[in-house]
Amino acid sequence: MKRLDFSRNETLVALVILGFCALATISDPSFLSMPTLTDLLRGGIVLGIFAVAAMVVLVSGGIDVSFTAIAAFAMYSTTLILVSLAPGLPWPLAFALSVGIGAALGAINGIFIAFFGLPTLIVTLGTLSIFRGFLLTFVGSKLISNLPQSMRDFSKQMLFRGTNADGSFFSLPLAFLALVGVVVLTWFILNRTLLGRSIFAIGGSVESARRIGVNVRAVQFFIYVYVGALAGLAGIIHASMARVANPFDLVGLELSVIAAVVLGGARLTGGVGTLTGTLLGVTLIVLVRNSLIVIGIPSTWQSVAIGVLILVGTGLPAWQAKRAAARAG
Amino acid sequence: MPAAADAPLIAMRGVTKTYSGITALEDVGFSIAAGEAVSLAGENGSGKSTLIKILAGVEQRDSGEISFGGQPQNGLTPRTAAAAGVKVIFQDFSLFPNLTVAENIGFSAELGAGHRLVNRGRVRALAEATLQRLGVQIDLDARVESLPVAHKQLVAICRALATEARLIIMDEPTTALTGREVATLLGIIRRLKADGVAVLFVSHKLAEVLEVCEHVVVLRNGRKVAEGPAAEFDQAKLTRHMTGRDVADAPPEALPPDAPLLMAVRGLAKAGAFAAVDFDLHGGEVLGISGLLGSGRTSLAKALFGLVIPDTGSVRVDGRDVALGDPLAAAHAGIGYVPEDRLTEGLFLTQSILRNVGIGRLEAHGRAAGVLDLAGLWADATDWLKRLAVKAPRVTAEVRSLSGGNQQRVVLARWLSRSPRVLVLNGPSVGVDVGSKAEIHGIIRELSAQGLGVIVISDDLPELLTTCHRILVMKDGRITDELAGGTAEADLARRLAS
Repeated sequence: MKRLDFSRNETLVALVILGFCALATISDPSFLSMPTLTDLLRGGIVLGIFAVAAMVVLVSGGIDVSFTAIAAFAMYSTTLILVSLAPGLPWPLAFALSVGIGAALGAINGIFIAFFGLPTLIVTLGTLSIFRGFLLTFVGSKLISNLPQSMRDFSKQMLFRGTNADGSFFSLPLAFLALVGVVVLTWFILNRTLLGRSIFAIGGSVESARRIGVNVRAVQFFIYVYVGALAGLAGIIHASMARVANPFDLVGLELSVIAAVVLGGARLTGGVGTLTGTLLGVTLIVLVRNSLIVIGIPSTWQSVAIGVLILVGTGLPAWQAKRAAARAG
Repeated sequence: MPAAADAPLIAMRGVTKTYSGITALEDVGFSIAAGEAVSLAGENGSGKSTLIKILAGVEQRDSGEISFGGQPQNGLTPRTAAAAGVKVIFQDFSLFPNLTVAENIGFSAELGAGHRLVNRGRVRALAEATLQRLGVQIDLDARVESLPVAHKQLVAICRALATEARLIIMDEPTTALTGREVATLLGIIRRLKADGVAVLFVSHKLAEVLEVCEHVVVLRNGRKVAEGPAAEFDQAKLTRHMTGRDVADAPPEALPPDAPLLMAVRGLAKAGAFAAVDFDLHGGEVLGISGLLGSGRTSLAKALFGLVIPDTGSVRVDGRDVALGDPLAAAHAGIGYVPEDRLTEGLFLTQSILRNVGIGRLEAHGRAAGVLDLAGLWADATDWLKRLAVKAPRVTAEVRSLSGGNQQRVVLARWLSRSPRVLVLNGPSVGVDVGSKAEIHGIIRELSAQGLGVIVISDDLPELLTTCHRILVMKDGRITDELAGGTAEADLARRLAS
C-alpha cells in the first residue's frame, strides 16, 4: 500500500473532511444521515460547476473572476426571455439558451485575452463589472419570482427521495446529474484530449507551448468560452433550484469558488490542478457552510473558518515543498 | 527542377528580420547539407537566436528565401517546421515543468501527428524508446520541475529526437551537462550525422565545436561576417570575427613597489569552509583567488563582504578593522561585492536599470525626513551607466531585458557609484560572451589603474592570467599556493589540480 502523501492538498483536505465529520458525529449522532448527505450534494451543485470552471482557468495559468457575473446575466436574461417571449419552452431548450448566452459572454473574455493578449485578471475584473452593470441597467433589476413552468418542473424532478427514520424528508434533485456530467466531460477534455493537455502545457509555460506549435490563442479562446458556458449552466440551475431569478445573486461568490479550487491543490501560478482536489475543496467549503453549527461553532464564524482552512490547507503543502526543496538543494 | 536530390537540406538566402525598426538579421545566407554539422557562432545579440527562431517557424522572416531540400518554404510555423524535420533544442529547454518526462518528450509528436485524443500508452512508448536510444535513464513519470538541470537538458534533447529529425538545432546544449554527458551528446551527434541528419550547433566552447562541426558560420550584428571549414578557425580567429576586433589578453603591468597596503586579512577561518586565510591587497592590485569547486573560494569571497560569518580572524581596510559578518559594515568600509550568480543575488531583474544602479546610492541622496533627491540619484546612476558603456534601449528598461555582459556592467555600476576601495568580483564573466568579457577585463584594468584593489574569484584560468597581478590557489579551504600573473596556463592548471 502506498503511504499517504501529505504534501498533496488532496490528502490533507480529505483528512480535514473526515475529521470534521467525526467531530460532527460525536457532537450530534444524527449528523451521519441521508439528509446531511443530500444537503451537502445539493449545496455543491452550483458551487461545484463554478469550481470546475475556475479550475480549468487556473490550470491554464489564468484567473477568471467574471464567471459569477456571466452566470447571473445568462440566468436572468434566459428567465426573462422565457417569461416574456416563450413561456412554453421546455427546460432543456431553456438551459441550452442560458449556456449559449454564457458561452457568448465568455467569448468576449476570450477575445480580449487570446487575441489582444491582455492579462486575465484585468480583463475578467473589467468584464465582471461590465456584465453586471449591463444586466442591471439594460436587462432588468427586478426579481422574477414567478418562474416559467418549465423551470419549476425541472426543479421538482428528483433523482430519489425518501423519509428518514426520524421522519425528516430528503431528496436529491436531478440537477445533481449536471454536476456529474460537467465533471466527466471536463475530466475527458483535460486528460484524454490534446486540447486538454495543451491547457496544462500553456499553464506550465506559454512560450514553450508556442514554440512547439500549440495554437495558444485557440486554446485560450476555448477555455474562456467553456468557462462561460459552464457559468451559464450553473446560473440557470441556481435560479431553478432557488425558484427565483434574482439579478443580484451569485456575484460575490467568485472568490469563495477560487478559494475552494486553491484549497484543492490548484496552483495560482498555473499548470497544476485536479478535479478530485477541486471537488474535495468544494465539499469542505459546503460542509463548513452547512454544518459548522453542528460542531458548536457559531455560523458567524463561517468565513473565519474558511479563511483558516485556506491558509492551513494551502500553506502547509507549500511550506513542506519549500522545506523539501531546501533539503534537496 | 530535376536536381532536387542534389539540393542542400537547408538553404537560406538573404534572410532579413527587423523588430520594431531594429535590424536583428540582415541578408544572411548559408546552407547545410544532409549529415553535416555547422557551428553558428556569434556574441549575444548577434542574431543567432533570431535565426534559430526563424528556422523553427517561431518567428517569421521579413524577406529572403528558405528552402528545405530544394522546396521553398513560405509561412513556416512551428508545426510545419517540425513536420519537415527541423527540431530545436532551445537554450532554456522550453519544457513544461508541470508535466511528466514522458509527456514532455511525446507532446510534439502527438501535436505533429494531428491526434485529437491523447493515448498515454503511445506517448510512454515513444518516450521510453527515445530515452533508450540515447542511453539515458530518467523516471518517465517524474515531473520535469523536480529534475536536476542536466536531466532537463536531456529531456529537451530527447524531445527533439523523439520523431524523425532532418536538422537538429542545438542552442548551447552542453551548458548544464557534465563532461561524461557532453561526451555522450557528442557521440549522439556523430551517430545522427552518420544517419544523414544535419546539425546546427551553437556553442561558446570551441573545443566542442571543433570536435563535431565541419563548417563554421559567424554572425555579428545580424550579418554573416565569416564562413568556412572548421579546421580553418582557431580561438583567436573566431573571437576576432565575433567581436570585430583583436581582444588583447596581455597580463597587467607590474604594480609600483610603493603601492599602499589597502586590505589585510589575517587568520580568517570558518569551520567547514576555509581556515587560516592570510593575505594582503595593495592599492591598484588585482588579486586572483582560484580553486576547484568546493575549495572554499566562494565562502571566502562572501566572508570578505560579511555574507558568511567567519569564526575567527580579522579584515582590515586602510588600517581599520571591519566588523565581520555584517554586509553593511563591509560596504561602509569601502568593500564592494559582485556575486557569482548576479541573476538571483545581484540584481532586481524586473526593476529598471536605473533603479538597480540607484539602490546602491540611496543614503547619499537622502534628504531630510527620508525623502529622496530623485533627480540627483538618477543623474548619478545615468552617469555611471554611460561610463561603463551599458548598451540599453532606455535606462528605464527592465534589467532582465539586457544581455549577460550588460547585466554584469549594471551590477558593477551600482558598486562603482559608491566609490569603493576594494571590489570583490566573484566569477565576473560567468555567462558573458567573448566581447563583453574582454570589456569587463578592460574595466577591471582601468579600475586598478585608478588605485582600487580588486579581488577576482574565478575558475576561468585565462581570465585570471590576463587580469591578475597575483593569483592565490585555494584547496580544501586553505591557501596552498601563490603565483605571479602571466604564469603559463598549464602551470596554473597543474597547481590547481595538485
